[in-house]
Amino acid sequence: MTGWRRLDRRTLGVTAVLMAGIAVSAGTPIAIGTRSLWLVPAAALLVGAGVLAEYARWRYTRFRCTAERLEIEFEFVAHTRKSLSRERIRSVDLTANPLHRAFGVAVLTVGTGQHETSGSGRITLAPLARADAEALRTELLHRAEAHETAGGPLATLDPRWIRYAPVSFVAPTLGLAAFGALFKVADWFGAGAGLLKWLLDLFGDLPLPASTLLLLALAIVIGVAGAAGLFVEMWWHYRLEREPGGTLRVRRGLLTTRSITVEERRLRGVELVEPLGARLSGAARVDAIATGMKSDDGKTEAKTLLPVVPRAIAREVAARVAGEPVAEVPLVPHPPAARGRRLRWAVLAALVPVLVLLVLGALLTDVLLVLGGLLAVVALPVALLLALDAYRGLGHGSRGRYLVMRAGTVRRSTAVLARDGVLGWTVKQSVFQRRRGLATFTATTAAGSGAYSIRDADAAEGLAFAVAAVPGVLEPFASVPAEASRT
Amino acid sequence: METGKVRLRPPRHALDRRAIAWWRTQGALVFAPAALVPAVLGLLIPPAAWWLLVPAAVIALIGAAWCAVLPRWWFGLHRWEVTDTAVYVRSGFLWQEWRVAPLSRVQTFDTLRGPLQQRFGLATVTVTTASARGAVKLRGLDARLAAEVAERLTERTDATPGDAT
Repeated sequence: MTGWRRLDRRTLGVTAVLMAGIAVSAGTPIAIGTRSLWLVPAAALLVGAGVLAEYARWRYTRFRCTAERLEIEFEFVAHTRKSLSRERIRSVDLTANPLHRAFGVAVLTVGTGQHETSGSGRITLAPLARADAEALRTELLHRAEAHETAGGPLATLDPRWIRYAPVSFVAPTLGLAAFGALFKVADWFGAGAGLLKWLLDLFGDLPLPASTLLLLALAIVIGVAGAAGLFVEMWWHYRLEREPGGTLRVRRGLLTTRSITVEERRLRGVELVEPLGARLSGAARVDAIATGMKSDDGKTEAKTLLPVVPRAIAREVAARVAGEPVAEVPLVPHPPAARGRRLRWAVLAALVPVLVLLVLGALLTDVLLVLGGLLAVVALPVALLLALDAYRGLGHGSRGRYLVMRAGTVRRSTAVLARDGVLGWTVKQSVFQRRRGLATFTATTAAGSGAYSIRDADAAEGLAFAVAAVPGVLEPFASVPAEASRT
Repeated sequence: METGKVRLRPPRHALDRRAIAWWRTQGALVFAPAALVPAVLGLLIPPAAWWLLVPAAVIALIGAAWCAVLPRWWFGLHRWEVTDTAVYVRSGFLWQEWRVAPLSRVQTFDTLRGPLQQRFGLATVTVTTASARGAVKLRGLDARLAAEVAERLTERTDATPGDAT
């Protein structure tokens, strides 16, 4: 595969169908509103122009994969050329939306893991024939196709995992979005108010609060169904494999299929994430902590190695990815002073809005006083419970080549970070922390979010831990001899 | 030894003495307009004189105290050191912070001289690692010393192989 090649010609078909879809969906509300026929030629023009532009892109784009470089060139009026050194290629991802799949093509994205935000470190070949894309991926990641997988997949989808889909924040959002879309469509026909009346009338003679509650319940049901549907779309055919060339590969998707590769050389650890809803139902998710992950998409799914699953499975997969049973490490709890800090913060956070309401209530109207009282009754216990839970979650430990740091309540995260991935340490201590003998120790790294913290650890014990965790970094500056390693 | 303190020894070097004057000027540049605007308005609008002159005086007092006391205190707290293996910085007062970046993991050294810093012959050296959140800043070094440090460090890190991630 050294000569210049073209992208797959079927991209013209994909574009034609896509443009037609856009024309129909955008044109329908206008057509209904104006009831005129001039939209038909306009739509045809839109489709034609889209296909023509795509033809030009296809006709004048060529790419080649030589022994050293992957190059893509576009030469028509302007001339652009992008070239990546094959040695620096860190990820090769395949995506195919339903349209691509109907035409038998896939989009291949090659990343170097550097300067990805500016887009200069990435080449997208959109699209290639499915088999070609698969072959190019294998070639770029230096692997012979012969030995497919070593020792079977690390994890495959268990359809029962779908029960965790509704506990995410997605469900209520989707429910509300469904109603929003319904009213939007009704609005096109100028029937928004009528729809609301019709919906409320649906429940006959029920009083307004009751029908509102019923509508809310309906929204939740729709949200749950939507979240489950989204889960199926995202995670169907899910497979996490360790490939012989030293990469982890995630394959998933029902309609849009995705294949995401993480080079193990870039992997600096894993993160066990337990959002509140998932944690209450005993589940957790596994994210990769890797350098040069695509962070500019705003999608967290790219780094997700395992969706929300029962905690035991999540721990097992995390251990198999890390190569050590990292989730079972006994963690050092933080001093009770850390609990005091959390409780004070919680009370403060809960009381500020209550006090504002009470002051305004005293000045303006009694209704606000009642509201403030209600808020205090609800918010204070919730805040205190969250604070206690946050304290229980704090902990740090180490095992083998990994450090383990746990924190958080709404999103509890157990970061498992490789010692050799730690670039440096930052120690922070506020005056309040100093009075109580606490300090926050932050390990900076090139991977993931860039820094992982041990919050409110005992100042002396935390320092000893940080010194022992990464030999040579803090040691020369610690004024007391480091205590024996805590491993 | 007092308990509760982080037992990291202070870095070896203090900042340049001129940093105190630099901080004072910075403070003055913030407080002077904040005090002058209500003062001038107060003189121009006699009916509201009291309402404007009193806050102006308060701001001026706070500013004067700030400039007199804090920079000296900060000067004692901000320290830096470059060893054969690492850059080590202590900064902050209410939120104290110690940062260590091993030289083997450093990617770039930048020196920056703002307009105010130039007047005082000072410079800031920023030490960047591959982490998005791990930059170490040496603020308020003597400009010539800063250039020297940056040069020496650049030589040393250039000699280290790998991409420092």
